[in-house]
Formats: sequence, C-alpha cells, structure tokens
Amino acid sequence: MTMSDTHKTLLRGAKVLGGEPRDVLIEGERIAAVGTGLDADGATVLDVAGQILLPGLVDLHTHLREPGREDSETVLTGTRAAAVGGFTAVHAMANTFPVADTAGVVEQVWRLGRESGYCDVQPVGAVTVGLEGKKLAELGAMHDSAAGVRVFSDDGKCVDDAVIMRRALEYVKAFDGVIAQHAQEPRLTEGAQMNEGIVSAELGLGGWPAVAEESIIARDVLLAAHVGSRVHICHLSTAGSVEIVRWAKSKGWNVTAEVTPHHLLLTDELVRSYDPVYKVNPPLRTEADVMALREALADGTIDCVATDHAPHPHEDKDCEWGAAAMGMVGLETALSVVQHTMVDTGLLDWTGVADRMSVRPSAIGRLTGHGRPIAAGEPANLTLLDSAYRGVVNPAGFASRSRNTPYEGRELPGRVTYTFLRGRATVVDGKLA
Amino acid sequence: MKRHLISAADLSRDDAVLILDTAEELARLADRPIKKLPTLRGRTVVNLFFEDSTRTRISFEAAAKRLSADVINFSAKGSSVSKGESLKDTALTLEAMGADAVVIRHHASGAPHRLATSGWINGAVVNAGDGTHEHPTQALLDAFTMRRHLIPDASGVGQDLAGRRVTIVGDILHSRVARSNVHLLATLGAEVTLVAPPTLVPFGVESWPCEVSYDLDAVVGKTDAVMMLRVQRERMNAAFFPTEREYARRYGLDGDRMARMPEHAIVMHPGPMNRGMEITAEVADSDRCTAVEQVANGVSIRMAVLYLLLGGNESAAATARTEESK
Repeated sequence: MTMSDTHKTLLRGAKVLGGEPRDVLIEGERIAAVGTGLDADGATVLDVAGQILLPGLVDLHTHLREPGREDSETVLTGTRAAAVGGFTAVHAMANTFPVADTAGVVEQVWRLGRESGYCDVQPVGAVTVGLEGKKLAELGAMHDSAAGVRVFSDDGKCVDDAVIMRRALEYVKAFDGVIAQHAQEPRLTEGAQMNEGIVSAELGLGGWPAVAEESIIARDVLLAAHVGSRVHICHLSTAGSVEIVRWAKSKGWNVTAEVTPHHLLLTDELVRSYDPVYKVNPPLRTEADVMALREALADGTIDCVATDHAPHPHEDKDCEWGAAAMGMVGLETALSVVQHTMVDTGLLDWTGVADRMSVRPSAIGRLTGHGRPIAAGEPANLTLLDSAYRGVVNPAGFASRSRNTPYEGRELPGRVTYTFLRGRATVVDGKLA
Repeated sequence: MKRHLISAADLSRDDAVLILDTAEELARLADRPIKKLPTLRGRTVVNLFFEDSTRTRISFEAAAKRLSADVINFSAKGSSVSKGESLKDTALTLEAMGADAVVIRHHASGAPHRLATSGWINGAVVNAGDGTHEHPTQALLDAFTMRRHLIPDASGVGQDLAGRRVTIVGDILHSRVARSNVHLLATLGAEVTLVAPPTLVPFGVESWPCEVSYDLDAVVGKTDAVMMLRVQRERMNAAFFPTEREYARRYGLDGDRMARMPEHAIVMHPGPMNRGMEITAEVADSDRCTAVEQVANGVSIRMAVLYLLLGGNESAAATARTEESK
C-alpha cells in the first residue's frame, strides 16, 4: 500500500460536500485542517480540483458471504469492493454458513474485517437462531462481544412471527440495538419469482406482491411504537411502503428505512429478458415505485441508501430464471447509481448524498468514527468522487469476487478516485492501494 | 418467421396464417398411405423434456418423423439432469451432437427463452411448454381447429379468425395454454373472453388483449368456441376454490350449459381432461367436443413449425408434389 506510510496528505481544491474548493490536510488518522491555500509542509499533495469530497460511505446492508460461501465473496474481497465503491464501513449481514447468531461467529467476521484493512466491518447479528424465526439468538452476547453488535437482522428471511418480532424489539432496548426487518410475508410470497403485476402475468412467473412487504412494515411500525423500540426497514421497494413509513415518522415513531441503488433505477420490465441478473429480493418493481422511492429518499422519509450487495457465483446466474439465485452485487456501483438517479436529476445535492450514504447509516448503526463532519479533528474517513466521469460498467474489472451486476454495459456517471480509511488511502486514483 | 418459436406473441398475423396454411397442406399427407416427406432428411430434432408430457412429446416426435428428421428424445428423468446437470451443460451437450432444432418442455417459465438467447446452442428452439408461461404450438393447433370449424370456405386457408368469439374457461393463472391462446387469438382478430373464479385470474390481467368474466352462464350463449382448461384438484388445497363440486357447478361445462351455446359453437379441451371436474363425460364425448381432433391437428401444426423453422424454402405443397412424382 503505497500511501500507508504517508502520514500527511494534502487534498488540494476538493469541493467539500460539493461546495467551494477547499484544501484538506490529513495527518495520521485525522483531518488536521480544512481551508484555502494550506501549506503542503512535507505532505503528499494530491491535486483533486473539481472533485467531490464526501465522508466515507457507510453501508448498512452488505453480504460478505464469509464464513461459508467464500466462492462468491470473502471479507477481504468484499471490503476491497467496498473501498473501490468509496465505503469506509459496511455492515456484514448474518446469513452466512454458519449463521452469525453467536458471539463466536460475529467476532470472527469482525476480526477478518480488521485484518483486511480496507474497510471497517461491523457484523450484523441474527435475530433468531439459524434465521429460523423461532427462538431468539443470544443478542446480548453478540452485543457484548468484541464485535459490539448493535444491528440485528434475519435478512433473507422475515421475522414473520409477531410475538418473536415484538420480543426482539423490546429486548434490544437494553443495549440500544435495532432490529432491521426484511419485510416479506412468507405465505404471500410462496414461489415468488418477481414483482406481481402486469409483467409477471405475461411472463408466467410467480408474483411477489407489494402487499407482502407493506403488511409486514405496517405491523412492525405499530409494534415498534407499542413497545417504544426502534425498527429499521431493509430494502424498502414499493410506493405503498413509503406511505407507511412516512405515516409512522409523522407520528414521531422511531422508524428508519433504507433503499437499494437498484430499486432507485431498475424496473420489472427488465425481467422480460428472463436474464437472472435481474432476479433479486425484494424484486424490481414498477416505474411508479422507482419514482416514489427517489422522492422519499430526497425528502428523508427513506433515511439511507444501502447496497444489499449480494454476490453469487457465475453458475448460480448462468441458468434458467427459476433456478437462479436472488441478488446483485452493488458496492462498486452504488455511488454512481445514486449520482445518476438522485444528483443528476436534481433531487439531492452532495450534502444530501453525504447524509443518506454516510451520516444517517452511521447513526442507525451507532458507529462513532464514521458519518462525521469534514472538519479539523475528525477521523479521516473520506471519499473523493470525480463526478464528471462517464464510464461503461465492466464487471471484469470488479474487486468483488462476483460479477452479478445488472449494470454491465450501462453507462453510469462518477468514479471514486480516492478512499481514505482513518487517514490511509485504500483507493488511489481509482485503484486499490 | 423468426428463428425460434418461444412465444405466440412473437408471431405476426402473416406468420400465424402461414403456419396454419402450411399445416393444412401437410395435413393432407395424413390421408395418404405413406405419410412421410423427405423434407428434413438428415436433420436432427431433439425433444428435450424436463417435465413429463407424453402427449406433447409423441406429437412432436410424430411430426419430426413424418418429415424424415432424426429424432432424439432426451428426458430429464433418469438422465444426468436428475443428477444436477445444469440446463447450460445439457444444451452444450446437445449442441455438440449437432441438434438442428431443440423442442423444449421445462417447468421453469422462460427456460426456452434462455436457451434461445444464451448462445449455448445454434439450433432453432421450439417452446413445447414452459412453466406457467406459454405453449405456442398448442395455441396454433387450437387456432387451426377453430379455423377448420368456424371458417367454412376451404377450411379457412389464407384467413384469420377475425370477429370469432372464443371463451377460455378455467385455471387461467397457472395456464400456459391460456397465455399463448390470448396472444395468438388476438393476433388473428378473435375476441377472447376469459372465465374463471377471481382467484384463478392473474393479477395484472388488465393489460391482456381480452375480456374477463367470472360468470360462465353470462358468456356461454354468445360464443363460437368454448375452451375448457384442465383444473388440478390440488388447487382446492391452496384455497383457490372451496371444493371440487363447487368449482364444477360454477365453472364446469355440462350438458345444460352446452345446450345454451349457439348451434355451431364447438367445445375444445387441450387435454388431459378431468372428467367430472371442468367437463362432464356427456360433453367430452359429444360430437361438439374437438379434443381428439385437436390431438391430430397437433401433429400437422408441429410439422409445419419444424418445416418452417428448419428452412423449408419451397412451399410444403410443392415438396409434397415432388415426392408424389417420384
């Protein structure tokens, strides 16, 4: 790592949160100064005039697949992909093999993250043993472990039993935890292959109705209100879900929500190709849903963007739709998709992007060193973006071990040029350091 | 004509009429002592069946053999597929063996589309039924049967089904036959009404080029053809309808309902029939029921499809005449 030995770096002319050009001096692990005409004073000087400086991005929803599915991703390859995408912290989902439902597994993942050095890895603990929805996992033990788990989720499966969900919401209050719900009513989605609508009717693929997501969200915001806990809704995907979250927030309830980049851009029309690269859970919805999600992210109803980065080996996508795995990789394209759908459309400015991709996800996960202001004395977790760049997505160049991107061949704006994790560059000139 | 037959929606009116007319020419072969044409001699047709369907498979097999093609039957059961071989590897194997056409039946909607667009094989792909998506040759043979009965002159050769009213009754939600028929019949100008309990009508049906009714009695009197779909008894267990008897009462075709159909109207069924469920024995065995005729027509239609996809440049009739003069 060429930059790792450099203790001082001067970013010359960066547009801090998209604002006026500033010089930013990084010294050791922290930002030493932000100003104009700063003296280089022995620092490595990077001329980054015109580039956007953001706080290091934070992902609340990442599948790193280790332990168990190292053929699709490992903590090392996943955090390298995260760094390339401008992330300095990711939350590693619990649906590994074995499931991250004990202190032992979350500590292992946490330690692998520390060893990787590319990005902080904050393990998410399973809510129930084996993600089976029957019996609470040892949530307290996972919180008390070295991993310090605060976010719990059975992601991939819904905590559908109302009593288990209520108990989990109540229990994690003891250590300021949050339950991140994968909202999917299981009976309504048996055999579900894609969004239930006009396209599914024509293609003859089993429908995943919006109501299966919305009914669980409605129940859970009411439960969270009833027991005075906080609940987080994973990968919200429908216009109706937006309405429910907006209503819950208007009541002052402690509800947060995330949206994936792909749900901000892609629709179920793409499924007409029967190409499993578009198979994802929750499924791609309609244009009306996409527009409602963008609007909700802009007005803050949806708190943050989370990638739901879901790597799969080639053979699990190189097959017929019905046999294919659900999920898309997203770490390396997330910021580009957000620029394309939110910034270039005028819905969000760069301060807003910093808020939705760093500040708020850090707050939900209770991370202390991330999502901080870009100011002297703060940890130097930073991302530089060349927003003028236009490029065609080529998965062959991904740092992730998997290639299942829905954006192959698509032109997207923006390119992360530098990522700094506590002052050390993990990405230099768009490439892994 | 396109290179593959994946969906009835891919067929233009002219394509569809060409297939029907070609089938009409080829059907005349069936009346001759030697039913075979040399047209596809040396070509290989693979029947790739991931789902049991003896009726459809032997229909394609008979069609290919009457055109002198070499036929390979590949059934997923008892083969490497049941040991976990992927569709891709199966396709690559068939390609290596030199398949000119692959007739595929698969339980997953979209599998034929995937096979045709993935680059795994070069041959023509014919969809012989995929999941709950489509079954285009069934729709073609149904249209062929309707044209013969409902268009009086010259068995309808050269003509479409403009203005004819077709009612399709039953489990529309899970039916690939219904989907293909709706597309093809709309292309041919027919007016289609789907009849089913609301639970068996797909969410999103409003975009289809047809009407939907929940009341069979309201439409049965003004239709030229009634197509009864097979309804699996197990659907009852998933609460699609309360009991078999209630289904049969409300949506089954019995003698009384048939008597209220216009005199010229026909009763169709793609088979296999559930006698006593969607159709009574009285109706199934009546002169108005074309179920057996549909089977015979299926061979002619599949001959026409294979003939046209595998590059019959001359008309089928010309080929037949050449053969006769030998």
